[in-house]
Amino acid sequence: MTAPSGRRAYTLRIWRQAGPDQLGGFVEYRVGGIDPDMSFLETLDQLNEDIIQQGGDPVAFDSDCREGICGTCGVCIDGRAHGPLPNVTTCTLRMREFPDGATLTVEPFRANAFPIVKDLVVDRGALDRIIQRGGYISVNVGAAPEANLMLIGKDTAEAAMDSAACIGCGACVAACPNASAALFVGAKIRQFMLLPQGHVERGHRVLAMAEQMDEEGFGNCSNHGECEAACPKAIAIENIAALRREYLRAAFGLL
Amino acid sequence: MTPLLGSTLKSGAPGGPLDTQWDRHKGDLRLVSPANKRQFTIIVVGTGLAGGSAAAALGELGYNVLSFCIQDSPRRAHSVAAQGGINAAKNYQNDGDSVYRLFYDTIKGGDFRARESNVYRLAQLSVNIIDQCVAQGVPFAREYGGLLANRSFGGAQVSRTFYARGQTGQQLLLGAYGSLMRQVDAGTVKLFPRREMLDLVVIDGRARGIVCRNLVSGQLERYAADAVLLCTGGYATVYFLSTNAVNSNATAVWRCYKHGALFANPCFTQIHPTCIPLVGEQQSKLTLMSESLRNDGRVWVPKTPGDTRAPEQIHEAERDYFLERMYPAFGNLVPRDIASRAAKHVCDEGRGVGPTKLAVYLDFADALKRLGEEVVRERYGNLFQMYKEITGENPYQVPMRIFPAPHYTMGGLWVDYNLMSTIPGLFVLGEANFSDHGANRLGASALMQGLCDGYFVIPYTVGHYLGGGGLKKISTDDQAFREAEQRVRATVKRLLGIGGKKTVRDFHWQLGRILWDRAGMSRNAAGLTEAIEQVRALRQEFWENACVPGSGEDFNKSLEMAGRVADCFELGELLCRDALQREESCGCHFREEHQTADGELQRDDERFAFVAAWEYTGDDAAPVMHREPLRFETVHFTTRSYK
Repeated sequence: MTAPSGRRAYTLRIWRQAGPDQLGGFVEYRVGGIDPDMSFLETLDQLNEDIIQQGGDPVAFDSDCREGICGTCGVCIDGRAHGPLPNVTTCTLRMREFPDGATLTVEPFRANAFPIVKDLVVDRGALDRIIQRGGYISVNVGAAPEANLMLIGKDTAEAAMDSAACIGCGACVAACPNASAALFVGAKIRQFMLLPQGHVERGHRVLAMAEQMDEEGFGNCSNHGECEAACPKAIAIENIAALRREYLRAAFGLL
Repeated sequence: MTPLLGSTLKSGAPGGPLDTQWDRHKGDLRLVSPANKRQFTIIVVGTGLAGGSAAAALGELGYNVLSFCIQDSPRRAHSVAAQGGINAAKNYQNDGDSVYRLFYDTIKGGDFRARESNVYRLAQLSVNIIDQCVAQGVPFAREYGGLLANRSFGGAQVSRTFYARGQTGQQLLLGAYGSLMRQVDAGTVKLFPRREMLDLVVIDGRARGIVCRNLVSGQLERYAADAVLLCTGGYATVYFLSTNAVNSNATAVWRCYKHGALFANPCFTQIHPTCIPLVGEQQSKLTLMSESLRNDGRVWVPKTPGDTRAPEQIHEAERDYFLERMYPAFGNLVPRDIASRAAKHVCDEGRGVGPTKLAVYLDFADALKRLGEEVVRERYGNLFQMYKEITGENPYQVPMRIFPAPHYTMGGLWVDYNLMSTIPGLFVLGEANFSDHGANRLGASALMQGLCDGYFVIPYTVGHYLGGGGLKKISTDDQAFREAEQRVRATVKRLLGIGGKKTVRDFHWQLGRILWDRAGMSRNAAGLTEAIEQVRALRQEFWENACVPGSGEDFNKSLEMAGRVADCFELGELLCRDALQREESCGCHFREEHQTADGELQRDDERFAFVAAWEYTGDDAAPVMHREPLRFETVHFTTRSYK
């Protein structure tokens, strides 16, 4: 184990907001006794233990699997969705990345389409509603043909998997100056664009999902590329290019 | 402590030749006509592989489905974290696999404590699962020719595991989630995210609804239905530290147990061999490293106790590749229970590695030499990255350090062949039931079971139940709903009113230590008896001295956890009672009093070839143990050997 011994202390400036319609603001906390091998969320756990023991109201934040796959967690740390490292979720971020004594500013994923529930918790139901409109292949249980009847090249499957790896955390939206969900939508579109199973519904899919994306109040993509930098699963911006191509193809018969 | 004995349970499997049982049974099941299906409302609690697939499949059939989950989206259920793969008897590799072989491996892997009929059906339906998932667009790994690829998993000598990198659970779940969302769009399924089921409503002896807490508003909500499906996963969080998600819990299952659903084999808890070792007391969970890593990774410790040299300084001749030495036929791919016990054993001998000495090496040096870094990265890239993020060490350069951790629970609510519990109308699917894995689950079989139950079993069996009629009209204003809500309200009020000093996390941590030490990988009568007393005392202290802040009227994580931990005390006690009565060693359940001269499990088929199904009789009363005898008509008891 290379981790330095010795506990650390941090100052956390955390966004507190009692509910969606209430005013919020930053509150500063000190938290000590932090092992550098602890995760960022375990530091928030520790802070909450301290707050509870002092009779206060613990900081609300979302998390579940704590191994970077469920997409439940996500906060902005010093203005960066999921913190300073590439390809890491908030839950797998370790305190060894932050110097002892640092002050860290912690905010929820902010976007019009993600109303605040409480403190660092936001409502990302908009992403589900986009998927609901067509982020799937319409196949009823029982009707599927033998799996190996369909040949799919290894490279194609791998490329589709690159897109399918999206965990739906919403970091791309939080990082985007326009709060666009283009990377999230593009990842699903590209996965099914690459796979032959997805071809039958490709036109309807992209039009319906794009329409829902607009209805939910997400902004438009203007090629900042912040989404790609913030994505914990390295979903590439070429997914947005795929989304555009598919959209043009479906809407105007181009490409 | 001799358990109070109850009745003998029957599975309701049709009997006769195993390979035609399911077909014959389907032929006998009642049907519900398409026009009548929409008249029936079905509640599905949980949206993992079992719940998501069940809700989608039932919606497709035209039932009116209400789907509940504690997460903010159904896509986040903990099935998402399953890494390695899903088994299916496709025999694409021409290596001798068959439905019978998968069935046999599963029965043997479970150490002859699972029900033959269910396991055979699981093996049969496994092939349909792969077809379904491919049709949904699940990007399984492929060969260059475009065909599906396979890898090997523990407890099998064939390659039958399908996978999508180290994210198979995620991809299968997203497939089920897509199908579910399609039904939401079609109007057959209504989603209720951020809801926690806190009570079951039983009317005229049948499950007719649930009461849940809206985790955002704190409001209690009542939902009525004609059948209730529990797909809420396992109870490994009873140990506090486990590979489960921090919100994974047994509360829904436990509340049903208190309504009379029997709880089967609670002591069958799987301790997974390859997890990242614990580093400190503030840790919130343990992270699994997929069993698939044992395909190419070699497990070893130094031969000499107390050897503190860095791994690269320990010469080949000074290393003990103990799994390969002890189990030459299966080597590093022995089943999980065996690998875990062996790791514990070498650490007990003082040969553990790393700062805590509670770890063994999982070394890829040979694989990197043989295959090259590119191939290793392609197979395990995301797992290696995850390991590096968590430990700060690069597994391409130094061996991983791993140690066993609670992972999966084979026990769960007792169900019959139709997956129905002892409460009519209450069905239990996936990890939440007990039915398919006996005393030890083989790797890549949990995903198979969840999807099998949801896609291919429940659509038939729930129709049979609903088609039987006798379901009178009810409303959520009925007395049973009001009473259930009152019970929940009283519990919430009681938790918030304890006003003690100790946090819920502290209690949960203490409970976890007791169970890990005395009801974990190694158990004995004295320790279990002591654990029961300790858990009871801790439960009492909890209700006197726990500190649960905030109110019941809004988003309150501490309150959620308090309710779950309160149930964990009771479940933990039942786990110990079950472990105490099972005076044999089988699968994950190692009773120190029952071992062979070389430290292997000593099963007792004469006395213990049964499912122990416990009946609740009161919070402080001894539960009654009912038994389902296990009859093996196709396979024969053998001593499980992987040597």
